[in-house]
Amino acid sequence: MAKFFAVTIIVIAILSAIPILRHTWVAPEDISTHGRLIDEQMSETMAEAGISFLAAQFMLAVFIWKFSNPGPTATIKKFPGGAKGLVVAALLVVGVEVMALGIFGVKAWANVYLTPPSASAMPIQVQAGQFAFYFRYPGPDGKLGPIHPELINEGSQNFYGLDPEHDTDSRDDIVTAEMAIPVNKEIHLLMHAKDVGHSFYVRELRVQQDFVPGLDVSLHFTATKVGKYEIVCTQLCGLGHYNMKAYLNVLSQQDFDDWLKKEAAMQ
Amino acid sequence: MHDMSTHAVQHHAPPTSFIRKHVFSLDHKVIGKQYYALALIAALAGMGLSWLMRIHLGWTNAAIPGLQLLSKNGAPGGVMTPEYYLQLMTMHGTIMVFFVLTTAPFAAFGNFFLPIQVGAEDMPFPHFNMMSFWVTFVAFVVLMASFFVGDGPTLGGWTQYAPLNAVGAVAGPGQGLGVVLWATSIALFCVGQLLGALNFIPTTLDLRVKGMSLMRLPLSAWAWFITSCMGLTAFAVLMPACILVILDHVAGTSFFVPSNTVINDQLLPHSGGSTLLWQHLFWFFGHPEVYIAIVPGIGIVSHILVTNMRRPMLSHRVLIYSMGALAVLSYMVYGHHMFVSGMNPISSLAFSFPTLVITIPSTIVVLIWVFSLYGSKLRINSASLFALGFISMFVSGGVSGFFLAQPSIDIMLHATYFVVGHFHMVMGVAAMFGIFGGTYFWFPKMAGRMMNETLGKIHFWLSFVGTYCIFMPFHYLGMAGNVRRYSTFVDDFLQPLIPLHRFITVAALLTGAAQLIFVYNLIHSRFWGKLAPDNPWDATSLEWSTATPPPFDNFGGQHPVVYHDPYQYGVQSSTGDYVMQASPEQVKTEHEEK
Repeated sequence: MAKFFAVTIIVIAILSAIPILRHTWVAPEDISTHGRLIDEQMSETMAEAGISFLAAQFMLAVFIWKFSNPGPTATIKKFPGGAKGLVVAALLVVGVEVMALGIFGVKAWANVYLTPPSASAMPIQVQAGQFAFYFRYPGPDGKLGPIHPELINEGSQNFYGLDPEHDTDSRDDIVTAEMAIPVNKEIHLLMHAKDVGHSFYVRELRVQQDFVPGLDVSLHFTATKVGKYEIVCTQLCGLGHYNMKAYLNVLSQQDFDDWLKKEAAMQ
Repeated sequence: MHDMSTHAVQHHAPPTSFIRKHVFSLDHKVIGKQYYALALIAALAGMGLSWLMRIHLGWTNAAIPGLQLLSKNGAPGGVMTPEYYLQLMTMHGTIMVFFVLTTAPFAAFGNFFLPIQVGAEDMPFPHFNMMSFWVTFVAFVVLMASFFVGDGPTLGGWTQYAPLNAVGAVAGPGQGLGVVLWATSIALFCVGQLLGALNFIPTTLDLRVKGMSLMRLPLSAWAWFITSCMGLTAFAVLMPACILVILDHVAGTSFFVPSNTVINDQLLPHSGGSTLLWQHLFWFFGHPEVYIAIVPGIGIVSHILVTNMRRPMLSHRVLIYSMGALAVLSYMVYGHHMFVSGMNPISSLAFSFPTLVITIPSTIVVLIWVFSLYGSKLRINSASLFALGFISMFVSGGVSGFFLAQPSIDIMLHATYFVVGHFHMVMGVAAMFGIFGGTYFWFPKMAGRMMNETLGKIHFWLSFVGTYCIFMPFHYLGMAGNVRRYSTFVDDFLQPLIPLHRFITVAALLTGAAQLIFVYNLIHSRFWGKLAPDNPWDATSLEWSTATPPPFDNFGGQHPVVYHDPYQYGVQSSTGDYVMQASPEQVKTEHEEK
C-alpha cells in the first residue's frame, strides 16, 4: 500500500503540473503598459513554486516508497547532515529565493502604486454602488463638480448626486454606464464608493483595486490595445454582486472623441 | 517545577449524576469529547452547505429537492437565489473556520490529551473549561438560529467586511438581524476560546509532572500550547470588533460606517466611521486564526508520524522553534489580505516581506518531516496515511502562498478562486487531515475501542484523491481570473470555465460522500469496535501509559514520573523498539539532536 501511495503522490503531482505547463487555463493577454512586469513576476514565481512543489512531493513519495514496512532486521538510519543541514538549506535556498521574488516584485508593484500619474493623464471618475458602476468625465472645463449624496436618485438618473443648477463645474460633466478610453493614453481613475465596499477588476488591464467607502482612492494605467473588456466587481457587495459589471471600451482617439461627443449630447 | 506540579493539580471528586458526568462535566476528557461532537455536527452542516453551493455553481437553475423547506424565499421551488447562495456560503465559511477547524484540532484533542500528556489530573480551572465548551455551544446555536429567523443568515462572507456588515437590513437579506446574530455568535465563540486558552497555558506551564521538562513535552502538547498563546491574543481582538459591529446595529454608533453612505437613494444617518478599521481588526485575528487552525495539525501529525516512523524527528527542538516562529510571524503578516484594500501601498510592501519570510519556518517543518522519513521504519495505517497526506496537502497549499505574498501578483489573483484553493488546501484540507489522523490515532484511547482500519484506509484514499480533484482546479480557475463569491457566472469570460466548475462539483459530491464512511466508522466503532488495548500503537507518551479509556483522574490516583524524552523509538528495551516516557527502564537511547 505504501508503494501505491508513493506512486499516487507522484501521479497527482505530475497531473497537477500538466495544465500549468500546457497553459490550459491562463490569464488573457495583457493590454496594459505595466502588466508585462506583473506577468513576468508571475512566471518566475510559478517556476520557483512549481519546482518546490514537485521536489517536495517527489521526495515525500520516494521516502515513503523506500522506508515503509521494512523487514524486522532493518535498522534506523539518520539522514546525513541531520537537521542543521536542512535548516541551513531552508534559510539559504528558500530564504534567498523568496527574498529575491519579493525584491523583484517591488518594481512591478511600484509601477502601479508608487508612481504618480503624469500631468497629462486623463481623469475619469468611477463610482461603485449596489450593483453598478457609473463613470464620470469632466467635460471641456476639465473639472468634476461636487457630489451631493443627499441628491443621489437612481430613478431620475442622478447617479452621482450632481447639482448642475448651483454647481457650474457639474454642468458639463458626462456620466455614463460604460467606460470608454482612448488607446495609449494614460488614465487617472478616481474611485468613489457610494455605499459599501466594491472592487474594480479588469483582467486584461492587470488592474484590481477596492473601492473604500469614505476614502477616495485612485489608479492610473494605460491600455495598449483596442477592444471591449469586462470590468467586474470582486468585493462581495450584496445579493447582486455576481452581476455587477460594466464594459471597458478601448477606442482609437478619434472613436473616443466621437463617443464622448455623443454621450455629452445625451446628458 | 516538580514541586509546583504536584501541588497545583486540581482535585475534584468524580461526579455521580448523569448531568454532571455527561452534560455539565468538569472533566477535561468529557469536555474534549463534547468539543469533538460539536465539531463533527458542525463539519457535517458545513459540508452539506458546500454540497448545495457546488450544485448551484455547476447547474445554476437546477432545483435541489427539499431546499425550499430550509428557506421558502431563499430557494423557491428548490432553486437557490443568488442571495441565498451568499448566505449559505457565509455560513459554510463561518461554521468551518470557527466551529470545525478551531474546535476539533485545538479544543477537542487539546482538551482531552494536553493534561494527560503533561501528566496532570485535569486542567487548573475546570469550571472555566466547562464554561468554555458551553459558551461555544451557545455560540453555535446562535449562529444556526440565523437560518430560521428574520430573512435568514448574513450574506457578507465569513470575513464580514465593513460597511456591508454595519449598515443594516437596507443592504440586503440577512444584513440586519442576521449580522447581529453572526457577531453575537462570534463574540461568544471568542469568549469560549479565551477561557480555553486560559486553561491550556497554565496546564502546560504549571501542571507538568516530575521529570516532564518543557523539552520533554510531546510535539502535540507544544502545538496546543503555542496555539493557546495565539488564541489569547487573536480572539481578544476579534471579540471587541464584533461588539462594535453589534453597537453599529443596535446603538446607532458608526464605528465602521463612514459619512455620506447612500443605499437605495437614502443617505444613512451614520458618520465618521472607518471601513478599513474593520479589516485591520479582523485580519489581526484572521491571519493568526489560520495558524490556530493548522499549528495543532502540525503537532498532531508530528506526534503520529514519529510513532509510526519508529524513530525520533531529526530535530525535536527545531520543530518547536518553527511552530513558535509561525505563531510570532502570523501577527506580522496579516496585511497581505489587504494589498488592494486601499491601504497605503507602502504598507503592502511592509507586509509582503514577513509573509515571504514565513515560508522559511514552514519549509523547515516540511523538511524535518520528510527527512525524518529517511531511514525510518514507517508503519502504514489510517492515522499515518492521513499524517503523510497532511504533508502533501500542506506543501501544495503552501507553495501557492508564494504568489499571494507578493502584492504585484495579488493584483491578478486577489479575490479569485486561486485564493480559495490556497486556503482550502492549507488551512481546510490539511487541517482536516490532521483531525482525521488524530481521530484514527487517538480514538482507541478516547473511546476504548479500535476503529476499523479497512474503512479508514478507504476513507483516506477517497479523501486524498478527491480533495486534489476539488482544490487543485481552484488554482487554475483563479489563474484564469475566475472571481470568488459569485453565485452565478454571467460574465462572458467565465462561461468557458463552467465545465471545470462541473468537474469540481462532481468531485466534491463524491469526496463529501466518502466522509460518511468516516462517520459510520466512528459511530460503529464507538459501540461495536474491537476493545482497545492500553497502547495499541507501541507509543511512548503519557496518554499511552494509562488505562484505556483513562480513569477520571487520568492516572488512577498515581502521579506518573517522566524518565525519558518524548519519542524514544528505535531503541532496544524490554517492550520492544521503544521505551515509554514513564518507564524507569534505562536503555541505550539513540542520539537525538534536540
